[in-house]
Amino acid sequence: MSHSTGHSELAEKFANNVERMNWHDKALWFVRLKRDNQAKSLDEWEELRSTADKIKKHTLENLANYLEEFEKNALSRGIKVHWAKDAKEHNKIVLDILNSKNVKMVVKSKSMLTEECHLNPFLEKHGIEVVDTDLGERIVQLRNEPPSHIVLPAIHLKKEDVGTTFEKFLNTQKGNSDPTYLTRAARAHLRKKFLGADASMTGVNFAIAETGGIVVCTNEGNADLGSSLPKLHIACMGVEKIIPRLKDLSIFIRLLARSATGQPVTSYTSHYHGPVEDGEMHIIIVDNGRSNILSTDKYKKSLQCIRCGACLNTCPVYRRSGGHSYGYTIPGPIGSTLAPSRDLKKYSTLPFACSLCASCSNVCPVQVDLHQQLYLRRQDVVDAGYLSPAKYRVLKMATWLMSHPRIMDFAGLLARKIVPLLPRSIIYSKINIWGKSRELPKFPKNSFKELYKAKKGSK
Amino acid sequence: MKIGLFIPCFMNELYPKASMATLKVLENLGIDVEYPMYQTCCGQAQANTGCSNETKVLAERFLKIFKNYDYIVAPSGSCVSMVRHNYAQFLQGRDGFEHMRTHTYELVEFLHDIIKPKSMNATFAHKVGIHNSCHAHRELGMASMSEKNVPEFSKIKNILDKVDGISYSELTRKDECCGFGGTFAITEEALSLAMGRARLQDHLNAGSEYITGVDMSCLMHMQGIIDREKMPLKTIYIAQILAGDTP
Repeated sequence: MSHSTGHSELAEKFANNVERMNWHDKALWFVRLKRDNQAKSLDEWEELRSTADKIKKHTLENLANYLEEFEKNALSRGIKVHWAKDAKEHNKIVLDILNSKNVKMVVKSKSMLTEECHLNPFLEKHGIEVVDTDLGERIVQLRNEPPSHIVLPAIHLKKEDVGTTFEKFLNTQKGNSDPTYLTRAARAHLRKKFLGADASMTGVNFAIAETGGIVVCTNEGNADLGSSLPKLHIACMGVEKIIPRLKDLSIFIRLLARSATGQPVTSYTSHYHGPVEDGEMHIIIVDNGRSNILSTDKYKKSLQCIRCGACLNTCPVYRRSGGHSYGYTIPGPIGSTLAPSRDLKKYSTLPFACSLCASCSNVCPVQVDLHQQLYLRRQDVVDAGYLSPAKYRVLKMATWLMSHPRIMDFAGLLARKIVPLLPRSIIYSKINIWGKSRELPKFPKNSFKELYKAKKGSK
Repeated sequence: MKIGLFIPCFMNELYPKASMATLKVLENLGIDVEYPMYQTCCGQAQANTGCSNETKVLAERFLKIFKNYDYIVAPSGSCVSMVRHNYAQFLQGRDGFEHMRTHTYELVEFLHDIIKPKSMNATFAHKVGIHNSCHAHRELGMASMSEKNVPEFSKIKNILDKVDGISYSELTRKDECCGFGGTFAITEEALSLAMGRARLQDHLNAGSEYITGVDMSCLMHMQGIIDREKMPLKTIYIAQILAGDTP
């Protein structure tokens, strides 16, 4: 395999710390169970999922119309609307707006899109301080790490890790990792930033074409505080965040928090319908590769994603390899299908970071066919020639053998005769990856086919 | 009714007893079964690695060999899922394909949905942990998935209930992947192992004496770990229980 990001190597490194891997697995499984409780408390859960699927499918089929409707209605509310074809344009638009108001510090609530566009380093390079105000995001920002989860950005860290991080950056007491103490320290630290900020940025969970308004869901209220204090608010959204009508929102709100964290609803569901008094509100609508995905029948459903993270929480691979093993802004099953659209070669190992267990497709609140997409992505990897030549040769040879049953039977017979005679050191040599930590099955004397022939012959 | 028996390639070579038990279960129920001699493999390893040209060759072979049977039965959920869900890309519109696609069944599924036996005439007085292998579970729909809000059911348990003396262990994660995943077991060896160990620990905690299921490949993976780590656990292919084979 062409290992440019090499999920398996990074995963192995993560899994080598068994105690930490198991802790990570349990923490996320706990969220999955909370989600199950919520999903099973609603009789209409499966109906909600299929309705959400239909709404998203319809919206994507008529995306241009809904985007224009949204723009028209947002403009009429006094919101300034910008269009960005890629990350570069997006970042430049943000910078221009901030510079026009002479902004020195911006507070930002969670937005995976700005992560995707690598906005923070860009603004910092231009002398603007960006403060992530979501607690988890702030923790990873201080550590100069990317988020490892789209909803729980610091889920890879234990409270002790947070304690040492805060010791270093927020001057907290040495060795104190009490969660309440640390949260209070973060709160005091962030409060100063909120009060000192010249502008705020938020992501967008839903943009409603009918009203021209946007909706942001948070648990910490950081989006609300950030966007209420400064006079300038910039909201960034991918083109796929559109939903047609206000009444469609109820479907998604009921699904989002339940799927994400197992809460019936997030603590804050904030609707923005225009700038604060004497202020400005901007919305940047970003493509950045999304229309390419939309043009593929096989993968366009991935644009239905509402970024709840349920597929990460349920994924047995994600839970045991951690978000950073994916090497892409969005990890887990959804990231593994989105990343190859951006760069197939660089992310060629991600579609294989999956046992095809299909849990993701069934937990997904908008019914994205995630595991099927990962199955198909593998064909793209092979067709582009990014599968390791050794692996490809083995499968090609196996196929030839399987097309010649007599020779295959003979090969099987030989293996069953010879392998049991070999010394253990040869059978379990380095090239036997299966046998590194597993025994091979005991080779039987006869194949089924031989037994079947004997049985039929004796009749 | 003429049944074509498909035995997965690795089972033919490595698990003749489990394969013979499959045949025995069907024959004991008076079913007319034939094993076409020139069958080899459904092409799942190729397909799951993305080798579509190679998969196509094997899918075409499979169609040629099996399309004229009334039903095709296989002791494997994942091979059946391959035929039912992934062959269309290569065989859509071909003569006999739609019949074959809709008449290929996993053994337990075939018993449950088509034959509906009253009893299995078998005894297995052990505490058994059911391994819900992913493709049988989520792609063939052999039991209710923990992800969904649907009434609980299990075709596997319904059939095993017809075996005398059997009891079940209660797992904390009743349908988590064991980490086999075909070539995943090699490509992501470390995770495959971690997932396998976690499944086995769940069975140990639940007091399973035997782990059984409809996919020998998952059991092979778990037995490999059991043997290496000398765990007090055994795996047994479901047909061996249903055939009354004493372990």
